[in-house]
Amino acid sequence: MSIETVNSVNTRQLKDMFLYVGDQVVACKPLLTKIDSAIGDGDHGIGMSVGFTKADENLKANEFTSINDVFKTIGMSMISSMGGASGIIFGTMFVGGIKGLETKVSLDLPLLAGIFNKALEAIKQRGKADLGDKTMIDALQPAVEALEKSAAANESLVEGLRKAEIAALQGVENTKQYIANFGRAKSLGERAIGHQDAGATTVLIIFKSMKEWLEGQENG
Amino acid sequence: MKKIINNPGNVVEEAIEGYMYAYKDSLTKVNNVNGIIRKDLKDKVAIIIGGGSGHEPLFLGFVGEGLADGVAIGNVFAAPTPNTIQDVAKSVDQGKGVLFIYGNYAGDVLNFDMATELLEFEEIQTQTVLVADDVASAPEERKGDRRGIAGDVVVFKIAGAASEKGWSLQEVVRVTQKAADQTFSIGVATAPGSIPGEEEPPFVLGDDEIEIGMGIHGEPGMKRTKLMEADDLTDELLDILLKESKIQTGDEVTVYVNGLGSTTLLELLIVNRRVAQILNKKGIKIYDMDVNSYCTTQEMGGFSITFLKLDDELKDLYDAPADSPYYKKTQKIGEEVK
Repeated sequence: MSIETVNSVNTRQLKDMFLYVGDQVVACKPLLTKIDSAIGDGDHGIGMSVGFTKADENLKANEFTSINDVFKTIGMSMISSMGGASGIIFGTMFVGGIKGLETKVSLDLPLLAGIFNKALEAIKQRGKADLGDKTMIDALQPAVEALEKSAAANESLVEGLRKAEIAALQGVENTKQYIANFGRAKSLGERAIGHQDAGATTVLIIFKSMKEWLEGQENG
Repeated sequence: MKKIINNPGNVVEEAIEGYMYAYKDSLTKVNNVNGIIRKDLKDKVAIIIGGGSGHEPLFLGFVGEGLADGVAIGNVFAAPTPNTIQDVAKSVDQGKGVLFIYGNYAGDVLNFDMATELLEFEEIQTQTVLVADDVASAPEERKGDRRGIAGDVVVFKIAGAASEKGWSLQEVVRVTQKAADQTFSIGVATAPGSIPGEEEPPFVLGDDEIEIGMGIHGEPGMKRTKLMEADDLTDELLDILLKESKIQTGDEVTVYVNGLGSTTLLELLIVNRRVAQILNKKGIKIYDMDVNSYCTTQEMGGFSITFLKLDDELKDLYDAPADSPYYKKTQKIGEEVK
């Protein structure tokens, strides 16, 4: 695929992409711990590291015949290993979007936008949080909207992810202005202002890493 | 922080292994998950407790007669996973229903709720009572936002006794909810605990600083102040606790003075002395007092005071026998503690 724009990935590539994403999130454990310690209880980085390490293990141990299975394996790895709010919420980010989805063997931008949009709704329903509550939704929702807009404009997968990353980054920045309405930062009130949300930061790392992996394919 | 651990990633599993070596005669490990159940399960409503590790003897220390039938154990300071809760529930259910009791934290609620959904498919009936005793964590009008701290223990005790009497799930839930509604705690932190394997403590307090109302994971409290003498500090905590709980002259309470990890029994006893003095002075009857470190956060310094406001029904359940590795009640204490 050397200099071609990547418009879709197959099951094998999707697995490799999320192995890369997992490595990046695990590598960010100290950063996430630091961010979470400022206003939470400091365990977000540890939890995400546990979850993606388990997902890596399960991805590497299996061959997959559909992208549905790749998403499901990642999500269930998180739900069954992490515990805490993050286990359910980030697990739902991966399993919530494939529920009821017919079996797919390749993933393009409209499908990715659709999966994450459905996941976003599932997360909101489960966690009862919405935009502006200083949670991961503050990064995920703008990222999903960017994916959808980019898909509607017939842009490439990598272009969509570039825009999702920018939107997620803006979302992370926005969390600095919010007081927290969920989780352990809730009791901080105004004192949470000025600090970014750790979960939103993880969402940013996920989109940024997906984009990086795809760019690596284009350049490689 | 000097910690006696091996690989930080294995602390929970290794601690459970050690626990099972010690208590294998009365407890059974649930296969493949971090769950422990009683060996002598009875034909009754099953009580399941759970929460993050790092607070020992909470939660695993309270599985036994007259207490919990099973415990779902999470990673350090993280709620147990849905499949852990599900497998523990399946292991203890006798067809009479399962009651989940745990502290009111977002992560615990999410994981227990997902477990509840999974158990519905297996036709296991579940109910939930949340412990939300920390009066410092939210004002009364947002009582539903309050966190659960050492009050867990007394709520487990009441629920375990009710289920042991063979009551229906509905009745066990009713009295457990009543106990939870009548349980009030206030804490103070003098020093942070640690997350095993992490270099940095989750929060910093100055050498001469304490924080009144701080949560057991370092959640911010009501005010940061200078260290003071035990009696003055206890007075200040009791002022808040009595105001928030509306416990007054003529009421009857059982008291728990709970150490958070590194505060010594010597200190806790000095606090308990003052609690008894003040309650006696105010004409609040003391049914029983328990001075212990049940709900800890590693080497966190500080303590909490918990009141359960009693009525005749709760007294009877409080007095019922209980026997787990870290909580035993063998004889009835009928008279007021002087």
